Amino acid sequence: MQLLAALHKELLLQWRTKAQLLAIFIFGASSLLLFSFAVGPDSSALRQHAAGFLWLGLMLSSTLTLAESFQSEMEQRALEGLLLLPAGARALYYGKAISNWTQLTLLGIGLIPLMVVLYDTPMPRPFALLGVIMAGAAGLSAPGTLYAAMTSQARAKQTLLPLLLFPLVVPVLLSAVKATSLLILGDPMGQVRDWVLLLLCFDAIHWSLCGFLFDRVVED
Amino acid sequence: MGDERPGVFYGLMALGAGFLLWGSYWGLFLAPRETYMGDVQRIMYVHVPTAWNAMLALTYSFVCALAFLMKGGWKWDNRLEAAMEVGIAFCALLCVQGSIWAKPTWGVWWDWDPRLTTMAVLVFAFSGILALRRFVDDPVKRAVWSSVACIVAYVDVPIVYFSVKWWNSLHQVQSTPQTVSSPFHWPLRINAFGVLFLMIGLIGLRSRVAGLRLQGELAPPLPERPAAPLLAPKAQGGAR
Repeated sequence: MQLLAALHKELLLQWRTKAQLLAIFIFGASSLLLFSFAVGPDSSALRQHAAGFLWLGLMLSSTLTLAESFQSEMEQRALEGLLLLPAGARALYYGKAISNWTQLTLLGIGLIPLMVVLYDTPMPRPFALLGVIMAGAAGLSAPGTLYAAMTSQARAKQTLLPLLLFPLVVPVLLSAVKATSLLILGDPMGQVRDWVLLLLCFDAIHWSLCGFLFDRVVED
Repeated sequence: MGDERPGVFYGLMALGAGFLLWGSYWGLFLAPRETYMGDVQRIMYVHVPTAWNAMLALTYSFVCALAFLMKGGWKWDNRLEAAMEVGIAFCALLCVQGSIWAKPTWGVWWDWDPRLTTMAVLVFAFSGILALRRFVDDPVKRAVWSSVACIVAYVDVPIVYFSVKWWNSLHQVQSTPQTVSSPFHWPLRINAFGVLFLMIGLIGLRSRVAGLRLQGELAPPLPERPAAPLLAPKAQGGAR
């Protein structure tokens, strides 16, 4: 019940600041465009690296989403007010993490048509790709929400969040890129399942561990 | 570590340096030349002990993080900072030694091998935590957050290793005294103890420095101007 209330609050905030989601989408889209300039107009090379570009775009955009999720709690000491409510810190964490996961999943879904258009990628298994995006977004949002809670209260927050998050989510990037690439370019050896399994293992470990440790981060 | 007298740590470092000199002399001049790799193999005598002790230092930092969150006590935070710094320095050294070995053996300075890549990721992950420590002024928040981040980063290590292993693998089988011939393993063992003693000494001294700095941070600030002396001489012609 507490979790639902926290999630409702987060989603309501997101809904009321739709311009922010749009801005983050434009940031992700411009990243995809810039990556193609870096490789050049070779369409086969672009198709080959499309999965990597998609996930790099999503990862870069995630830092904006995650940092923003705690920005409102820092204004007028709102976080302290939230912690005084009869709701556990874990409910607050999972509310924020699920809200960030929703936002990143939507962003990933929004970037797929752009990837298809810019890199001319085939889309033989769209629902499987949706599953990979959901699992990958979950891997980014679980540790990202925990680190955003810390960095939002520190100096140099814009630098610290990617510095802490990017090395940690290397397994997410590797497995999500591999799974997406296999789904786009074909999977003759049936490897997608293993990569998704690795991604799900990362998700399970970090969703439980970060939720368990969150109350130590916000308590004074 | 860190609470004892610094002389113990200087002594351990001197002992470690002595062991390293002895082991390196044995490895460079007395141990036989390896048949396939030639003299390049001799870097193993410092590379493998550095790898073991780097992982040991980071494991110790994980233990300190757990101990701080469960038991409290500033000594665990001091030890955490020291162990992370020494662990990062050893991991960075390991990457450099690996590159020096890789160029003549594999023909490239760097390869996306699981152990090499995991070490590089560890350097960046734990450097991020040290950066976090620099940007948080409140000592309590700094200690708690870095302990939490250290636990999350340490738990991530096996996942990073396996993901990179599935992605690409080139590294040779890990060297241990059991996997190398008897003429090679003595310098390896001696250097392993040398690096271990050096590491304990460095962590102890660094932990002591962290403790002293913390004392300065937690001590009440000095008054802006000195208080008036109790027996100040009365000014001439002052009011009675």
